Amino acid sequence: MTAAIELAGVNKQFGTLQALADVDLTVQQGEFFGLLGPNGAGKTTLISILAGLARADSGVAKILGHNVRTQYRLARRLLGVVPQELVFDPFFTVREALRIQSGYFGLRQNDDWIEEVMHNLDLTPKADSNMRALSGGMKRRVLVAQALVHKPPVIVLDEPTAGVDVELRRGLWAFIKRLNADGHTVVLTTHYLEEAETLCGRIAMLKEGRVIALDSAANLVRTLHSLQLKVRIEGVFPEQLRIEGVASLGDFHVIPLRDYDELEPTLSVLRTCGCRIVELDLQQPDLEDVFIHLMSRDH
Amino acid sequence: MMTGFPTLFYKEVLRFWKVALQTVAAPVLTSLLYVLIFANLLDRRLEVYPGVPYAMFLIPGLAMMSALQNAFANSSSSLIQSKMTGNVVFVLLAPLSHLEFLGAYVLAAILRGVIVGAGVLLVAVPFWAPTVREPVWLIAFCVVGTGTFGAFGLIAALVVDKIDQMAAFQNFVIMPLTFLSGVFFSIHSLSEFWQKASHLNPVFYMIDGFRYGFFGVSDVAPQISISITLACFATIFAIAFVLVARGHKLRA
Ligand SMILES: Nc1ncnc2c1ncn2[C@@H]1O[C@H](COP(=O)(O)OP(=O)(O)OP(=O)(O)O)[C@@H](O)[C@H]1O
Ligand SMILES: [Mg+2]
Repeated sequence: MTAAIELAGVNKQFGTLQALADVDLTVQQGEFFGLLGPNGAGKTTLISILAGLARADSGVAKILGHNVRTQYRLARRLLGVVPQELVFDPFFTVREALRIQSGYFGLRQNDDWIEEVMHNLDLTPKADSNMRALSGGMKRRVLVAQALVHKPPVIVLDEPTAGVDVELRRGLWAFIKRLNADGHTVVLTTHYLEEAETLCGRIAMLKEGRVIALDSAANLVRTLHSLQLKVRIEGVFPEQLRIEGVASLGDFHVIPLRDYDELEPTLSVLRTCGCRIVELDLQQPDLEDVFIHLMSRDH
Repeated sequence: MMTGFPTLFYKEVLRFWKVALQTVAAPVLTSLLYVLIFANLLDRRLEVYPGVPYAMFLIPGLAMMSALQNAFANSSSSLIQSKMTGNVVFVLLAPLSHLEFLGAYVLAAILRGVIVGAGVLLVAVPFWAPTVREPVWLIAFCVVGTGTFGAFGLIAALVVDKIDQMAAFQNFVIMPLTFLSGVFFSIHSLSEFWQKASHLNPVFYMIDGFRYGFFGVSDVAPQISISITLACFATIFAIAFVLVARGHKLRA
């Protein structure tokens, strides 16, 4: 099957800044894919190259097999992008903006779908409001709607939930999940890591223009073999547990564990040394821990 | 395959039509003021061509000048505003060919130019009795002239980075080009040096040719004027096309 998105050896430089360095990335059709990384990692640059808003210095980018440079019209037809910047055309109402966007894609009898998209994004009450009069979150919804007017098989959302309230966030994800279930490929960037962890099948982590990790959220978390055993004890903390990484504050101690197998021996040391456990908490790392770990490491 | 061209054209027309007071009525009023001042003051004393009094001479030139200026203003302000606000991204994401992109902006500019030009002629009716001797020449000069300025406006919007640079462009390039083109006088009344200088200004040929459409008389043969106007259009359009195709300051 043709990949939904294929990037091979993509480089992009802005002046002396290497925004993307030799990026290879393949997203299969039907995936819900997360693109994570700190500010300036190159996420938006990568999306811009896919959308033809920026040009790679070298390398190839394809949407469903169509080169975004040489077959740009086909590639753009198959792609819907929600830009990160909150942009809008102040001349038009919500419905006008959506009809115009649909028309740009050659779809001039598309009102049924436009109404459905507006309904799903809770925009119907604002359909005839001027874009200027919308709140920031509402403008964001219109951006999402504009990206979907032509029912693109590949949907890329660049921080669609920035500045969006809880209710819409739920509504938006329900809608996007439904589109994904219907076969649309979804690529998402976000700084809300729990969002990515629950939604995305696979995640790529970008740092300084490089893909430094690429796997399912669960596998990424698994690579970070540090469970954290937090205990509050009565008694003297045993010296033999003062291994690297242990943090103590008064009678409160945090002991890093490689895996669950280390739990039992650790507890047994505490017991044989006569410590009484007052409080115990075993914390599993989440995507945020993985993120911080990867981003703080030198590559 | 269905294309986005009609929609982009429609959007560009809607954009100026929604604020027609500013984009159409205002320039028509400005021209009316010129007519009131110049034609009324000078009419009795001047006959530019035999049997063509000054008002008759002035009005078509003014109409064409306004048409050209507004064609330029339309494409340039539309694109520069879209660039500044960032909403040009909606067009850039769409599967429009370079020619469609360029064509939509230029056609909308032509339409605004033609509407403004027609408006000027209309409000000037009390001051003259227009007779159109050569309608085909009239339309040809009007369309190709405004098309040239529409494409020129697009080039300006593509190369400048800020709105104030655009204002400078308008004040230092467009205004002198259009004002020093023989709108207010026949260049035969000028000294030899300025006659030669006027011949270097392509806008002179557009205005002169447009006037030919009305009177069937002009300073330069219309065949020469239309050739120069067409050459201008082809050059400007080609430059605009290259810039659009390269995504000059549009795509990073
Ligand atoms: N048009 C441009 N000109 C110059 N530098 C740019 C341009 N676009 C991006 N950059 C630089 O490229 C790097 C990557 O930017 P990019 O916007 O892709 O990051 P990002 O991962 O999307 O960050 P964020 O999470 O803040 O959105 C940054 O250092 C940015 O300053
Ligand atoms: Mg970004």
